[in-house]
Amino acid sequence: MTSLRQRLVPYWLLGPGLLWLVVFFVVPMYFMGELALRSGSLTTGFTFDWAWSNFPDSLSGHSEQVVRSFVYAGTATVLSLLIAYPLAYAIAFRAGRFKPLLLFAVIAPFFTTYLIRTIAWKTILSDDSPLVSVLQTLALIPEDGRVLATSGAVIAGLTYNFLPFMILPLYANLERLDLRLVEAAKDLYSSSRQAFLRVTLPLTMPGIVAGVLLTFIPAFGDYVNAQLLGGTGQAMVGNVIQSLYLNQRDYPEAAALSFLMMALILAVVVVYIRFAGTGAFMGDEDEETSR
Amino acid sequence: MSVAARSWASLRRNALPIYAGFAVAYMLIPIVVIAVFSFGDTPKDKLTFGLDDGFTLEYWRTIFSNTQLNEAFTTSLRLAALSTVISTAIGTLMAIALVRHKFVGRRAANLLIVIPMATPEVVIGAALLSMFIYYTFALGFTTLLIAHVMFSISFVVVVVRSRLIGFDRHLEEAAADLGATPLATFRTVTLPLLAPGVVAAALLAFALSIDDFVISNFNSGTTVTFPLYVYGVSLRGIPVQVNALATLLFVVAVICVALVLWQQRRAERLAAVRPEREPAAPIPAPPAQATT
Repeated sequence: MTSLRQRLVPYWLLGPGLLWLVVFFVVPMYFMGELALRSGSLTTGFTFDWAWSNFPDSLSGHSEQVVRSFVYAGTATVLSLLIAYPLAYAIAFRAGRFKPLLLFAVIAPFFTTYLIRTIAWKTILSDDSPLVSVLQTLALIPEDGRVLATSGAVIAGLTYNFLPFMILPLYANLERLDLRLVEAAKDLYSSSRQAFLRVTLPLTMPGIVAGVLLTFIPAFGDYVNAQLLGGTGQAMVGNVIQSLYLNQRDYPEAAALSFLMMALILAVVVVYIRFAGTGAFMGDEDEETSR
Repeated sequence: MSVAARSWASLRRNALPIYAGFAVAYMLIPIVVIAVFSFGDTPKDKLTFGLDDGFTLEYWRTIFSNTQLNEAFTTSLRLAALSTVISTAIGTLMAIALVRHKFVGRRAANLLIVIPMATPEVVIGAALLSMFIYYTFALGFTTLLIAHVMFSISFVVVVVRSRLIGFDRHLEEAAADLGATPLATFRTVTLPLLAPGVVAAALLAFALSIDDFVISNFNSGTTVTFPLYVYGVSLRGIPVQVNALATLLFVVAVICVALVLWQQRRAERLAAVRPEREPAAPIPAPPAQATT
């Protein structure tokens, strides 16, 4: 009847939220780009003069941390996948009446503050902790070796903190898996291994893709784990950005580095999605990738 | 079969549950450590805590005795409450628009909602700070609120939307057929059925806000939230009250989630009175028997 009014309804409903996201997400990105093209110093003030050199400068000055971020986040993502897949599989098919309890265990970390959890790891991995002396007795680390302030500690922290983001999409995907397809494969004389590789794994690819992205992206940008569990030699890109912005106040270089980081991650996501061949992350089905 | 071979076989058979057990332990260790250490009698100047010095309820008794911690915690609660109300209201409307309406720009709107979730927190914080610097906007509670609402919206939309998708529209049609105005339908049918989803989204928004450190660190100015306080003192050694407070938060959160789940089950049972859900009768009953 009142068709124009009817057609405007969704825009009214979306209006406030979209406005908020545009003004406080999209527009700030513009200002970050603008800031990245300025030059000067904190005392003289920063003036806008298309200083494109900020981009290569910020990258070349911190290439070590960028590479380290890729290595740490990549390792943590692979470890998460190796831990999460069997766990999600066990929860989906083997847990029986323990299923709600196990799912609760998976989301329980969300109920304690991220920072305090990481500090708890700091205590667990500290030099005089029982865990470290056990590792020393088993000669897994040298007699006077430490765990804290090593790459291993940072990677363990990253793996721990982002593990739920890997488990939940995998579980959501596995739970909807039609087990009759696996049975059919076995009826057709495939071994358990073949059935897994040819049926289960391809069908759970969307969950793997979503989980890998949801783990890799925050792990790549994280700086809390490197700060609390790492030493001076474990700084990641996030630490550099944080310190440039908040301590050194070299805003143009910090903005340039943030911009490059965002671009790098977008590139990784696009390539990865092309390669893995699923639109589950960006498409209309993204509710399953949420926590 | 030898003992070794038999135990090896049983180990292989149970490899998956054993592995899953270790994984679950890995997830729960820090939480247990936090809870246990909240009872540890630790000297105030010690950097790490433990149970070496005995068990005490001291820190639970004095849980609210640290003024700075209290102030930070109150700020966090206020911030989380406001940010939850705003983001839940805005996000619910967006979810309704996205599920119920077909319109031009729907894909773009979806993308705008997903991208912030895929952006590293450092970048969100840095970008917001860049804008606030440009306008020399004073950092403080307001900028924190702006940031918290911003990163909560996407999560609210996703949660409420997943609830709306499984929603039986026949119930609304029935209400309209029975003469309810659109507003009355919304108030008496849509909202009660939507409520569990909205409550779940609000809880998530609250948790995200009270937990946020990275984005807040960029945009807080001199305002101190709970995580910012913890970070500030973490280098000197954390008051044990923090562990007690974190444990208390954990327990409250678990109770809230349990209540929401229970409420959701109940709503699902109520909404499940649908004709198509009942087993279809194989043979239509004769009209005479239908009156029983």
